[in-house]
Amino acid sequence: MQVTGRVNGDTLYIFLSGELDEYNAAAARSEADALIERNLCCARAVFDLADVHFMDSSGIGFLIGRYKKLKRCAMPAFIRSPDFAADKILSMSGIYSLIPKL
Amino acid sequence: MENCMKLTVPAISENEPFVRDAVAAFCVRLDPTLDQLSDIKTAVSEAVTNCIVHAYAGGEGEIEVECAARDGALHIRISDSGRGIEDVARALEPFFTTLEGDERSGMGFTIMQTFMSEFSVRSAPGEGTVVTMKKQISPAVRREDMRGKVRDAHG
Repeated sequence: MQVTGRVNGDTLYIFLSGELDEYNAAAARSEADALIERNLCCARAVFDLADVHFMDSSGIGFLIGRYKKLKRCAMPAFIRSPDFAADKILSMSGIYSLIPKL
Repeated sequence: MENCMKLTVPAISENEPFVRDAVAAFCVRLDPTLDQLSDIKTAVSEAVTNCIVHAYAGGEGEIEVECAARDGALHIRISDSGRGIEDVARALEPFFTTLEGDERSGMGFTIMQTFMSEFSVRSAPGEGTVVTMKKQISPAVRREDMRGKVRDAHG
């Protein structure tokens, strides 16, 4: 699992790539949190899931955890480009009501 | 003849991708769609994660995975000898988790139930947990119908 960040304007883009499961969640969590902490001046964060090829409920846990962290920093979060399978479990979990899909 | 597979792996999270990919590879003989394959991988990943995170709580233990391809369906049984579930009905509720502060979504069983054609869980405290799931890949053909077809084909 790779986590990379890019700031464009006032938006922090967090690109996730690989498989987001229990095995990868811990590393992804600390990398994403470090990116957020380095970019607290941004107005919003976008999780780009285009390169996530597998995701289970650990991925939902990961996103909810980051949502809570961003909320404490008053930064709204969004999700972009989940594939069909990721979109299916994200929709089912109701997470889009917290982190809307762009 | 029914084909089957049995895997035993230690309960460590690096085995999650291996187990779900092994089950997916076994399932390919049933000619599933990508969507069905993805459902199976996700459900297997949830069951294996439960064994690691809940049953053995990060400690040592074994996870047993059995698969069978029968009547156009994939049958999966994932079992552990871990701590077991005290209240199975409660554990099946969406968003229920015993690990509140741990960024757990509480969606594992809900995903297994939703993504698979059949699902059941048997567990008791101290006696481990057995999750049984079935995914119908193609319409089941009844044996009597098959015999009829063979008879017809031979005139």
